Amino acid sequence: MSTALRRRVDTADRAVSRPEPDPVDRPSRPSAVTTGDLLHVVIAAGSSLAVVLALRLVLDWNGVLGSAVWWYVGFLAVLFVLVRDSETPDAATDRLVTLVIWSIGAIVVGVLSWMVIYVVIKGLGGLRPTFFTEDLSDVGPLDTERGGASHAIVGTLEQVGLATASAVPIAILTAVYLHEIKGRMAPVIRFIVDAMTGLPSIVAGLLIYTLWVRTHDFSGVAAAAGLAVLMLPTVTRASEEILRTIPDSLREGSLALGAPQWRVVKQVVLPTARAGLVTAAILGVARGIGETAVAILTALGSDSMNVNPFTGPQGNLPLFVYKLYRVPDKTQIARAWTGALILLILVLVLFLAARYVSGRGDKKRKGVA
Amino acid sequence: MTSQTVDYEATGTARSATPGLGRNPAEPATLHALDVSAWFGKRKVLERCSLEMSAQRVTALIGPSGCGKSTFLRILNRMHEVAPSAALAGSVRLDGTDIYGPTLSATDVRARIGMVFQKPNPFPSMTLRENVLAGLRLTGARTGDPEALVEQCLRRAGLWEETKDRLGEGGMALSGGQQQRLCIARSLAVQPQVLLMDEPCSALDPISTRVVEETIRSLADEVTIVIVTHNMQQASRVSDNCAFFLIEEMRQPGRIVESGPTEKLFSDPDDPRTLDYVTGRFG
Repeated sequence: MSTALRRRVDTADRAVSRPEPDPVDRPSRPSAVTTGDLLHVVIAAGSSLAVVLALRLVLDWNGVLGSAVWWYVGFLAVLFVLVRDSETPDAATDRLVTLVIWSIGAIVVGVLSWMVIYVVIKGLGGLRPTFFTEDLSDVGPLDTERGGASHAIVGTLEQVGLATASAVPIAILTAVYLHEIKGRMAPVIRFIVDAMTGLPSIVAGLLIYTLWVRTHDFSGVAAAAGLAVLMLPTVTRASEEILRTIPDSLREGSLALGAPQWRVVKQVVLPTARAGLVTAAILGVARGIGETAVAILTALGSDSMNVNPFTGPQGNLPLFVYKLYRVPDKTQIARAWTGALILLILVLVLFLAARYVSGRGDKKRKGVA
Repeated sequence: MTSQTVDYEATGTARSATPGLGRNPAEPATLHALDVSAWFGKRKVLERCSLEMSAQRVTALIGPSGCGKSTFLRILNRMHEVAPSAALAGSVRLDGTDIYGPTLSATDVRARIGMVFQKPNPFPSMTLRENVLAGLRLTGARTGDPEALVEQCLRRAGLWEETKDRLGEGGMALSGGQQQRLCIARSLAVQPQVLLMDEPCSALDPISTRVVEETIRSLADEVTIVIVTHNMQQASRVSDNCAFFLIEEMRQPGRIVESGPTEKLFSDPDDPRTLDYVTGRFG
């Protein structure tokens, strides 16, 4: 850079950093939240709080929830009047609706994070390395240092793994039939799948119990079959929705190259839908992994490690939590919370892994690869 | 269908084609439509259209919107029947062989008569290279030297210089015009004898349009081209022959009013309606 040019740039820099810039250049954000807006919210919240506190004294209210509801109603009313008088009725309505939607979102996020944080706090205490390596076979209620959920973790992984491995391919093929082949039976099958979505899990458990467990024995694979029945409709419908989002122009483009339909589906439609299909599979796993009713009737549960899912009762994490939480003993209840925490972590890890796997395909699609 | 009455004198050579570099580049073929009518459900959209699209010529189909040009084009490579309610009558012959006859399957026909669509549709899950070779994978064909085929097709589509260093990237990273040329390259890779183009430039900017038009002109020696266009200037720039489609009234089927050499249609047409259309009096 020549000196002359550098000098010119320097002066320009100084011009920009002058204390009071030219008003024409000052950036403005017309829809940004101003101090006035915030003041309205504070005044409304404060005055409503004052009224509610006064009412609590005068009318001798005790409930917290009732007061909170009245405070919220008062807050919205005062805010509406404030904004209406200082701006316009339209602006007031706009502010009101915005706030209500914000509040609802905040409640949902709040409840979710409260649940997660609660489980973490309750379960973290019992989270020792031995929790992953030991089972409960020779552990009494007074053994606070030993014992773990290894048998339940293995059971959950095997049962959900087998269920996913059998349900997801069937579900995706069904979705292909429903949306790609559009066969004559499609409306009937869609109806049955929709009806299956609402199938109570205890019914799925009873089905497997009657068909298999009564004549054979409790086993992990029986639980997997029950879970597969529950996962099938969820994954099918989600996959069909994903296939719907694949533009027809891609199917036409492939057909016009002389491709038979099965190759169009295999080489163009399914690869394009990969990320979405992984999400559909996760939905299925999420449906199955926390299922307790099916497992009670099919895997029965166990306190000792059973690595073979094909014979004999097998534990899993929801059963572990269910069984230990009903024992009136502090140590066992603490173990139940730790089991719940591990279940949460397991779901999170599976979710992240699936996102990672499908995300790699996305990069290529966007041309980064 | 009247196609049953067509004689199959040329069917002996019908099934020899295997796409890919393994065989000689396909000879451009003449496509001959005879009394083609088409329906969607009960509604008739085309009425007895006959047109000869000669080898090594660019034929443009022009006319106002909704007059059946695209339907006619899709009948030429059996894409019309993909729509569930579609029906047709008449016959289409590729160098004498009826493409709706028993010797050719729909997939055979489409491999020989390629199509480029209005909106560029590269496959998002594939890289540039895979996009060009998609036609081979999708038809189960093999080629001895895929790299050479990729280069040859991209060169013919006028895209090689821009993309030779980024063949491993996704097709969606290209501009609209480049995507359309990628789709042309993809169609060329299966060595079609005829290339159908359905308003290939309507989603493109003027510069990309010019590049695609140059590509069309340079391909004309090697492959028969039929192009649907709304743009009169484009038709006069790229085509040797022209067919003018028109519907007389709403809900009536479209017909071919006049066809012939482009120069004649644009300067001295036989039908007064053609003159009105090409001079911009309506449409």
